[in-house]
Amino acid sequence: MARAALPGRLTWREATVTGERWETPSARTLILDVPDWPGHLPGQHVDVRLTAPDGYRAQRSYSIASGWSPTAKTVELTVQRVADGEVSPYLADTIEVGEQLELRGPVGGWFVWRETQPAPVLLIAGGSGVVPLMAMIRARAEAKAKQPFRLIYSVRTPADACYADELARRVRDDPGLDVRWVYTRTPPAKRIDVATINSYGWPADFTPDCYVCGPTTFVETAADILVALGHDPKRIRTERFGGTS
Amino acid sequence: MNPLDGNALAGDLRELFAVDVTVARYTCAGCGHADAVATLLLWGHGMGQVARCPHCSDVVLRMVHAPDRVFLDLRGSVRLELPLAGS
Amino acid sequence: MAIISRGFGGRRRESVDGLPPGQYLTHDFPVLSAGPTPRIPLDRWHFTITTETGQKTEWNWTEFLALKSEDVTTDIHCVTKWSKLGTTWRGVSLDTLLEDVDTAADYTMVHSFGGYTTNVPLEDLLDSKAWIAYKFDGEDLEPEHGGPARMIVPHLYFWKSAKWVNGLTLMNEDEPGFWEAAGYHMYGDPWLEQRYQGD
Repeated sequence: MARAALPGRLTWREATVTGERWETPSARTLILDVPDWPGHLPGQHVDVRLTAPDGYRAQRSYSIASGWSPTAKTVELTVQRVADGEVSPYLADTIEVGEQLELRGPVGGWFVWRETQPAPVLLIAGGSGVVPLMAMIRARAEAKAKQPFRLIYSVRTPADACYADELARRVRDDPGLDVRWVYTRTPPAKRIDVATINSYGWPADFTPDCYVCGPTTFVETAADILVALGHDPKRIRTERFGGTS
Repeated sequence: MNPLDGNALAGDLRELFAVDVTVARYTCAGCGHADAVATLLLWGHGMGQVARCPHCSDVVLRMVHAPDRVFLDLRGSVRLELPLAGS
Repeated sequence: MAIISRGFGGRRRESVDGLPPGQYLTHDFPVLSAGPTPRIPLDRWHFTITTETGQKTEWNWTEFLALKSEDVTTDIHCVTKWSKLGTTWRGVSLDTLLEDVDTAADYTMVHSFGGYTTNVPLEDLLDSKAWIAYKFDGEDLEPEHGGPARMIVPHLYFWKSAKWVNGLTLMNEDEPGFWEAAGYHMYGDPWLEQRYQGD
């Protein structure tokens, strides 16, 4: 196919769904084979573009869920179905293994973790905002990195939690990883708050690198708490997830 | 409607530029605040992307996709500071 | 060559006769936001017309509501390709607001709370072509849709119908507003499909 790609600029690639996994009843992981995938950093995302038979197009960003190693041939995206959404219901329910979609990426060099960062890491996830943070946890394990990671994962109920079994296994096998759950709809329902982040995050004195990802209001709440607890704003990186996919 | 952030501009900008502009530091023309383009508040308006300074909410960047062209309006940023590879 | 996704329909798109080219029918009322929704207390609301010589005419909310209002039923066409038929509004005609304004200017810039602007030729605001509406479907206009009051210029693409209006500046020369400066058409006639600059 003749696509006039200018050197250095990114264009759309064809990806094939080679596998799938349901993380929750409403979140599906698509395993994609992307020819000539250049590798990615955990936290990066891809843009997915769909074209309807009548030519209508829609484009959305999805975080990459998988860590990356040179031997990995695939890229995993976890897609949370948004009930009245446009793209996510197709990716969650309609597209089948063997089918293709258009993908552009990996992109985004700011909300990423590099194994060369020496600091401990605090990850704070709201709902499907866990996806890029999971990529960081997986990449840390693949790199056998020693920086200790803590994840505070706020989700409605245990049934809404992605990667719960994998996280439990990783915590069991890896003393450098800790996970604290916050359930917002299961009694005693609570929201992310100062006490939780103070108790289960790293003290500001440890100068951890903090990554916060979730819906806009969640991200702003968590980031404000981190600043109030004395964390350096320069060490707090945030990514807001939309609700209109 | 809640805004997203400049992270979501990465793909559209990377289609235009050879470097990742979301890691660049903008300086807001309105208030002088400087931070990564990734931290801008992004309003994914149907007509285009509108990225505002989180400090003063002035518009820093606007991006409009026509079928055959892209318009990138950066008048809200007095400068972009980009890291060079290897630094 | 794009991959066609069987089973991906996107938003339901209904093409009907009588719409401007490239438009689809919608039955809901999409909200497009380029920034935070301004919440304007009525006691702080004002609308100011400023002529090219700097003469100002201003109404507060009470004065504005005391002006002669009109009921308007009209089709609206958004440049993002949705059209909505038979929308009903109540508002004050720009003919009424401009009645005693002395101007020789040909162009206007519409200003809004929150900083939005859009340019419209003066003649497109006159002769029952434009209103400042404060009711939609019989109800007070919600902030998401531009309340307390928004411009309605239904013969142009709907971005010209600025939400949260607070003023009109008369200009001798045409100047681009918020979206026009970012690549959209200076005039925006949906029947000529004037979406982007150069269309």
